[in-house]
Amino acid sequence: MTPTLRIAARLLEKPWLWAFAAAFFVWLATIVFTGGQGAAAVLTAALAFGTFSVIVGIGQMYVITLGPGNVDLSIPATMTFAGAASMKIMDTQDSMIFIGLLVALGVGVSVGIFNYALIRLLRIPPIIATLSSSFVFQSAAIAYGRGIKIKPPPVLAEFTTARIVGIPILAIFTVILAVIMAVVLHKTVYGRSVIAIGQNPRAAGFSGISVGFTRFATYVLSATLAGLCGFVLSGFSGGASLNMGAEFLLASIAVVVIGGTSVAGGFANIPGLWGAALFMFLLVTMLNTFGLGAGIRLIMTGLIIISVITLAGGKSTGR
Amino acid sequence: MIATLLTPRFLRNALPALSLTVLLLAIFYLQPRAMSYFGLNLLLNLALPIAFATIAQMCIITVNDLDLGVGAYVGLVAAIGATWLNETPLLGAAALLGCIAVYAALGALIHLRNLPSIVVTLGMSFVWLGLALLVLPTPGGKVPDWIRAIMTLKTPFLPFTIYAAIGVGVIVHFGLMRSSYGVVLRGAGGNPRSVSRAGWSLLRTKVTMFALAGFFGMLSGLSLIGLTTSADANIALRYTLLSIAGVILGGGEFVGGRISPIGAVIGAMTLTLAASFLSFLRLPPDWQIGAQGGILILVLAFRAVINRAEARR
Repeated sequence: MTPTLRIAARLLEKPWLWAFAAAFFVWLATIVFTGGQGAAAVLTAALAFGTFSVIVGIGQMYVITLGPGNVDLSIPATMTFAGAASMKIMDTQDSMIFIGLLVALGVGVSVGIFNYALIRLLRIPPIIATLSSSFVFQSAAIAYGRGIKIKPPPVLAEFTTARIVGIPILAIFTVILAVIMAVVLHKTVYGRSVIAIGQNPRAAGFSGISVGFTRFATYVLSATLAGLCGFVLSGFSGGASLNMGAEFLLASIAVVVIGGTSVAGGFANIPGLWGAALFMFLLVTMLNTFGLGAGIRLIMTGLIIISVITLAGGKSTGR
Repeated sequence: MIATLLTPRFLRNALPALSLTVLLLAIFYLQPRAMSYFGLNLLLNLALPIAFATIAQMCIITVNDLDLGVGAYVGLVAAIGATWLNETPLLGAAALLGCIAVYAALGALIHLRNLPSIVVTLGMSFVWLGLALLVLPTPGGKVPDWIRAIMTLKTPFLPFTIYAAIGVGVIVHFGLMRSSYGVVLRGAGGNPRSVSRAGWSLLRTKVTMFALAGFFGMLSGLSLIGLTTSADANIALRYTLLSIAGVILGGGEFVGGRISPIGAVIGAMTLTLAASFLSFLRLPPDWQIGAQGGILILVLAFRAVINRAEARR
């Protein structure tokens, strides 16, 4: 086997390759249909919108990697609350941007601590804990935001929508974030603990890993990233709105699954998040370009998620 | 006597009913006029569709799965009910039966391919919503008169919704908790391996429970449009989370086939009341969802305390 072939063979084993390949083919189909028009613009938009799914997807992926039953349902509420709180505190003043960011991150950290406290103190499954806290924080966002759409500070709005040679700056930062989180996952004690717990929590505990602390840190991480996402999304879309997080519950889980991360836990995959996020956006764009209505578009999205999991899943988890 | 009343086991089983009673008493205290036929009807009107959705969710939870698409599914049933079922009843009925068949097929798919139900039902939520938008692109439609007639039935002493909710709870209780096949169905969630070794088909239990979920989800959608008189594809999206909360509130557990049909109905009623409780306290409606979350956390905290007391014995 020649070296090139060997590299190609090794690449094919990477689960994230499929997400990128699917994204590429969907993009290709779109520009063939339009006759090459808007090929670059579509990619730019995909990068911009994919950014938000990737940010929350990273947190959700860490949580899901902890093993069966671990999922963060409070992401949309956290995003909305963080967005509303930070926009209100910044009050369109550029000088307050840093404080606004701290507020958004602070909201995230608090939600994460609250989530884990529920899991730990009430001994309830994470799904129920994050579900109940999402009720509370969604309400808090409604009461706090009072339905008014507060504009982001001009500099923040500019930054979140800025581009360098067609590439959104936010996407560049999110790629860097993804790289950092990949290093954390594979090279640090914390990241490896997450994976170990996902593979077998008892064995991980016996080998001296602090299971409780790792889970705590992971739920805080997920909520903090949701807070960050709420902050930048508010800047990007011209203010916080009360339903801005709604679609990200589905999106955050979908990018994790399509990206090749094991839903059974213990196996995470960061590059796949980007592939899946681009794929999801480009898919909707393609169906739009074909002139299909919202109904068909939703049905196709759902069927594709199910097909992906049917093809990828079904393997025994080794237990 | 008092000793048996204070055992953790009894307390745990009585907790759902207790929380509903406390909430109801608080509402009566704040607004005595709610203690009437008309008042109760207004308060618990929307409890019936939520109770049906909660029972549907409970069927799925029994076999250790979770349905994140039930809200969108109820929306689809509502859309079909307000259009096809009214104009061409046969087509409407066939479509609803088809929906239940899809649910059964989902159960088979999840079992045969060993898939995570969260992801599959999440995907299905897109499909249900998309179908609902195709059937009913804009809110509206007309509800068949017979559904309207059933839902506005004037019953003696207490409003119809209360009788119906109790009836559903009792019927499902006898079906799942008292019948011999019900034991097998719950056992499939509790210890699948031993149920399968005893010669029962796990595929059949999963398909049965998913089909039942589809059936109760259908009842949820139909009863909902009987109250609202028109439909909207997005009408019930929040039912997904409410139904999970209702099951847990009613004493169901996430794994192991430990469920309580009557508790689930009570849980659904508690959540419905929690929303109106705020308006009696003159608190802004912004906190409605928050109150539901708060009550959920409170009840779970009580249960944790009871469990801990039991462990200490």
